[in-house]
Amino acid sequence: MGSTSSTLLKIPNVEVLMQETGFSPAHIIRLHDRFKALDKEGRGHLCPQDFGAIKELAMNPIGDRIIGAFFSPGKETVDFHTFVKILILAHFRPVDKNRPKEPNSPEPINSRSNKLKFAFQLYDQDQDGKISRDELLKVLQAMLGMQVTEEQLESIADRTIQEADLDRDDAISFEEFRKSLEKVNIDHKMSIRFLR
Amino acid sequence: MAFLQQFALLLALLIVFSTSCKAATLEVDTVEVGHNYSSKSSATEKTSTSTNDSTDGHAPSVISTLPIVTWKWHHVETPYLVALWILTCWLCKLVCELNHSVTSVFPESGLLIMLGFILGGIVWGADKAQTFKLIPTNFFYYLLPQIILDASYCMPNKLFFSNLGAILIHAIIGTCWNAGTVGIALWACYEGGAMGNLNIGPLQFLLFGALIAAVDPVAVIAVFEEVHVNEVLYILVFGESLLNDGVTVVLYNVFDAFVSLGGPKINAAEIIKGIVSFFVVAFGGSFLGVVFAILISMLTRITKNVQVIEAGFIIVLGYLSYLTAEMLSLSAILSITFCGVCCQKYINANMDEKSVTTLRYTLKVMANGSETMIFVFLGVSAIDKNIWVWNTGFILLTIFFVVIFRFIGVFFLNWILNQSRLIPIDITDQFVMAYGGLRGAVAYGLAAILDEKKIPEKNLMLGTTLIVVYFTVILQGITMKPLVQWLKVKKATHSDLTLNGKMNNRAFEHILTAMEDICGRMGDNWWTRHWNYFEDKYVCWLLLKSDARKHKDPIFGAFHKLNLEDATKYVTEGERKGSLDFIRNYDSASVDFKKKLALEYGDITPYITADMSEYDFGIDNVPVTSVMKNPIPSVSLDIHEQDRKSMPDDLSAHHLLDQHLYKSRRDNRPTYSRSHYNTSENPDEMQEIFQRTMRSRLESFKSAKMGVNPAKKLSKHPKKDSTHKPNGKPADPHRTHPYGDEDFEFSADSTSSSEIAGHFHRRSTNTPGAGVDNPTGNNTAVAPSQRAQGRLPWTPTNMRHLAPLRMSTRSTDSFVMADASLDEEAPEEKPGTHHTRL
Repeated sequence: MGSTSSTLLKIPNVEVLMQETGFSPAHIIRLHDRFKALDKEGRGHLCPQDFGAIKELAMNPIGDRIIGAFFSPGKETVDFHTFVKILILAHFRPVDKNRPKEPNSPEPINSRSNKLKFAFQLYDQDQDGKISRDELLKVLQAMLGMQVTEEQLESIADRTIQEADLDRDDAISFEEFRKSLEKVNIDHKMSIRFLR
Repeated sequence: MAFLQQFALLLALLIVFSTSCKAATLEVDTVEVGHNYSSKSSATEKTSTSTNDSTDGHAPSVISTLPIVTWKWHHVETPYLVALWILTCWLCKLVCELNHSVTSVFPESGLLIMLGFILGGIVWGADKAQTFKLIPTNFFYYLLPQIILDASYCMPNKLFFSNLGAILIHAIIGTCWNAGTVGIALWACYEGGAMGNLNIGPLQFLLFGALIAAVDPVAVIAVFEEVHVNEVLYILVFGESLLNDGVTVVLYNVFDAFVSLGGPKINAAEIIKGIVSFFVVAFGGSFLGVVFAILISMLTRITKNVQVIEAGFIIVLGYLSYLTAEMLSLSAILSITFCGVCCQKYINANMDEKSVTTLRYTLKVMANGSETMIFVFLGVSAIDKNIWVWNTGFILLTIFFVVIFRFIGVFFLNWILNQSRLIPIDITDQFVMAYGGLRGAVAYGLAAILDEKKIPEKNLMLGTTLIVVYFTVILQGITMKPLVQWLKVKKATHSDLTLNGKMNNRAFEHILTAMEDICGRMGDNWWTRHWNYFEDKYVCWLLLKSDARKHKDPIFGAFHKLNLEDATKYVTEGERKGSLDFIRNYDSASVDFKKKLALEYGDITPYITADMSEYDFGIDNVPVTSVMKNPIPSVSLDIHEQDRKSMPDDLSAHHLLDQHLYKSRRDNRPTYSRSHYNTSENPDEMQEIFQRTMRSRLESFKSAKMGVNPAKKLSKHPKKDSTHKPNGKPADPHRTHPYGDEDFEFSADSTSSSEIAGHFHRRSTNTPGAGVDNPTGNNTAVAPSQRAQGRLPWTPTNMRHLAPLRMSTRSTDSFVMADASLDEEAPEEKPGTHHTRL
């Protein structure tokens, strides 16, 4: 226990972080270890190259988008606090039913709509709040790869937009995105077990 | 109700008939046939000898005159009785299903058992003995395999494998726990004096525990199919019931051997052998199943030419996997389970869609049929005074322990599992899981093959097993539905298939794996991903046909399925609103079309012809005669013909769609053929779909013509339309997005195509109903097709999902008609007619 608390102490703002993300000390330590491992040069922050070094991630068809999601626009680095909290990882903590709900606390980071928002922004690369046809097409291209032809991809994209597009503006807004996934159990699909 | 009574009467008559027939011809009370079985082996011998005698006696050596008709009951007796019994059982099911107010309360399985009681009573009344009952051999070899094959073939694969850990823990540890505790507890009670004086030792109790421990797949399927609990719960119970067979068989065999050996001879070595044999039996069986699955998948790669019996291969090979496992004394149920689970994906992709449907329905018929028979015979078997050795203590305690230990086991194992599960299993789900531990025919079958010499109290065990089966299937079955409602167990949610859902699922998977990678942990998704990678690289290469490999992608599959649905809806809608006459009107003009087309596109025809010739598509290739002699020219895509041509792989994906979206309006095949069915699809539907294609094809054709013509740059089609409208019809200048689908690429390999493709790629989708097939959406301001508008019944809203299908010209037909002109020309002509198939 002694080592645990001493490690925790080294992490800046650890109390705030735990409060905000709902991670346990063990999680924070584990993530911090990982952070340090990724940060090979020990700068205390990560840059896109560090993520690029993860070789499985390079295989991931939408890996670069996910890496991109860690970096807020204009920033080239991400520190541990951001790494864990503001951006991603906290999104993937499964919803904890037993945790008492504080009535006036803000919406937890791992809420359904936050999870969806994260997914949405992966599509919406130009961040105009809408998934346009081209944006969708690019994602589809990445995910379907060689299996279908260009034209099929396009008709799939068209159809997908048609399906979700309620206001007929030929793009999917976040609201439409949320509606189209209403029946999907996001909690199950966007949670990682070991972050529990 | 009168109808019901008549049915009951008919049933009764059938039974009486089948029994009295037999009684009339045989003195002995048993025949060793199908489901008719003598409980005593001595009687069996007698039967066979007497049958021999009677057949001998039947062949008259001397005849005085030529008999015109002879009574040959003995020749047909066995199959006749079998068929009669099958009919009777199925009629029972029919009777059950006739009254829905009854089936909504009682589960069908329970009703069938009760009808079985009645039938058994009738038999008893007629024969004064039990002549028919479920014999283990018949059950295990003829009734069980198809049920398991069907269940595993229709198994939701992903769900199954993602919950495999939990299923295995329940199946292995849970079953061992049930077997051990029930056996030991019964023995303890016996020692405590709760059952009076019985001739049962501790090992026999354990053997009994082993056979009563297993949850029965047949009973579980029957009961849970009606309750519609959420899918995770269903897969847990159902998967457990399938997989625990390996454990049951091993436990049963081990204890059976122990009983034969006798207590003193059992030492550590024997026990270790027992444990080893468990692994060999369970994993050997599963492995054998996988081997057979690979065989089946590879076989379906080459069965294209014998499509009629394609589906039969799977059934036969599946059955063989069962028998082979049985022969090697491995777990047969595990073998056929894994065979079905593993091959489903590949055979569905390899086989023709028709064969897949055939297989699915054949399996359903067989499985439901034998399930019905099993339940009826479970009832029939009860009417036998020989097996009823009543021992209140033993029977009640068995039921008590079976239920109690099931609950304890399930709750305990789930508690352990929940420590690490992402989505914990709810307490209500756990309760239903425990309550769903139904025992069934497998337990009965195992009890029936007990050796009476080794286990003197066999009949007591058999009777008790039957009572446990009745208790669980009937009582727990009846109470299951109310219980599920009362506990508010999450029901299965029916979610519509949407592209968004599919696509985002995929995206979520990628996101999760990426996150796991970033966190540097090997999570659940790690396995999925690596398996997918491996599968893509090696498994598919080995097991899938090359063209099936192309479009196995689920997103694409969903897209395809949705398009099919829409096409059907489209036609249904059309039929509802009026006739589909508008389609027919084009037929008269169709012959002209060819000429017209040849004239108008004479300049580019050679180009197209050259390009298309390998599809037999070229205009010149279509025999005019075949058009002339048919009032409705047969225009179809013959998939097989295309298959025969070696087409570039990257285009083959189109053909999946072609095959389903475009079919001949009329089958040119002979009306009767032993090896082909006439397609049952509604010909109107074909026409409709085809017509829609034609229109879009001609459209792009025109555009394409522009593209190929010397002036190679072309960006706006509407303009071209107005200038080149073949019939001179003024195109509407306001139509900014007249046709949804304008890209027309000649082919990947044609020299100019890439440039054209460049021009045609962007499709403007601002028009709400911008499908090619949506004339009302397109004709917003165009006068021309008033007739069409009058006749075309669709509206933008109901059809707005008809996504345009992008076809490259390679997909055999590339005539596209402007819908502006579709009334006037209305011709269509399609290459690759069915004449090749004739």
